[in-house]
Amino acid sequence: MSTNFQIERTELGGAVVLALDGFLDAHTAPQFENAISSEVEAGHLHLVADCRKLSYISSAGLGVFMSFIEEIREKGGDIKLSGIEPKVYQVFEVLGFHELFDIVDHVEAAVALFDQGSKRKD
Amino acid sequence: MAQFEKSFTLQVPSSTENLALIREFVSAIGAQAGFDEKDVMRLQLAVDEACANVIEHAYDLEATHEVTIRALIDDDVIRFEVIDRGKGFDPARIEEQKLDALIRDRRSGGLGLRLIRSIMDDVQYQIVPGEKNELRMMKKLKKRT
Repeated sequence: MSTNFQIERTELGGAVVLALDGFLDAHTAPQFENAISSEVEAGHLHLVADCRKLSYISSAGLGVFMSFIEEIREKGGDIKLSGIEPKVYQVFEVLGFHELFDIVDHVEAAVALFDQGSKRKD
Repeated sequence: MAQFEKSFTLQVPSSTENLALIREFVSAIGAQAGFDEKDVMRLQLAVDEACANVIEHAYDLEATHEVTIRALIDDDVIRFEVIDRGKGFDPARIEEQKLDALIRDRRSGGLGLRLIRSIMDDVQYQIVPGEKNELRMMKKLKKRT
């Protein structure tokens, strides 16, 4: 059975944009984990998760963000998120994740945040 | 008019591949019970988290077992029961953990339980070690005005 989740990788303004498409659950989370892991290993620490086409996320998907964010921030990078649909955003809200990440409407705005520094309050 | 309880059951092999199928099942039943799109997705998430925990923790990712999802619609209430015959767990231990600890220990399954508790109106466990584990969760339908 084909997985119902794809990641498209592009580069924009010095950041790596991972466009997430489909359903990010316990079955597909390892795909996302591998994608982020490859970027971190390659030293690409300015990452944007473009969530416009993300239809669903469960704790397994949120857990991938959480498992890398500390290491990436310690090394001076970050993961910004953009374009999250309201029905998906509610999952981030339920667990308070919207307070841990910079979340904006558009990819370009997310990339621009890397020049402005993080808005995140520690 | 007297209401009667409607019951639906889905039994699938214990593979994460089937989470999509489980969500479809929950979506169809949630819509039939009268929940709106936003609440249907919350129901999908709660049942997905429960089943993912069963597959990962009760069955250690072995796909050779079965997960049973039973749905009951009764008037303005929907109930889901997730049943497995794998390893049980101590819900009290996980509920004591703070959110940051759950996030750090993301493989504990605690994050999923936290989501389930925040979505559903009532969550109960019945754990008989070595025999059967049941997670029962209930959500009330908001009456349309």
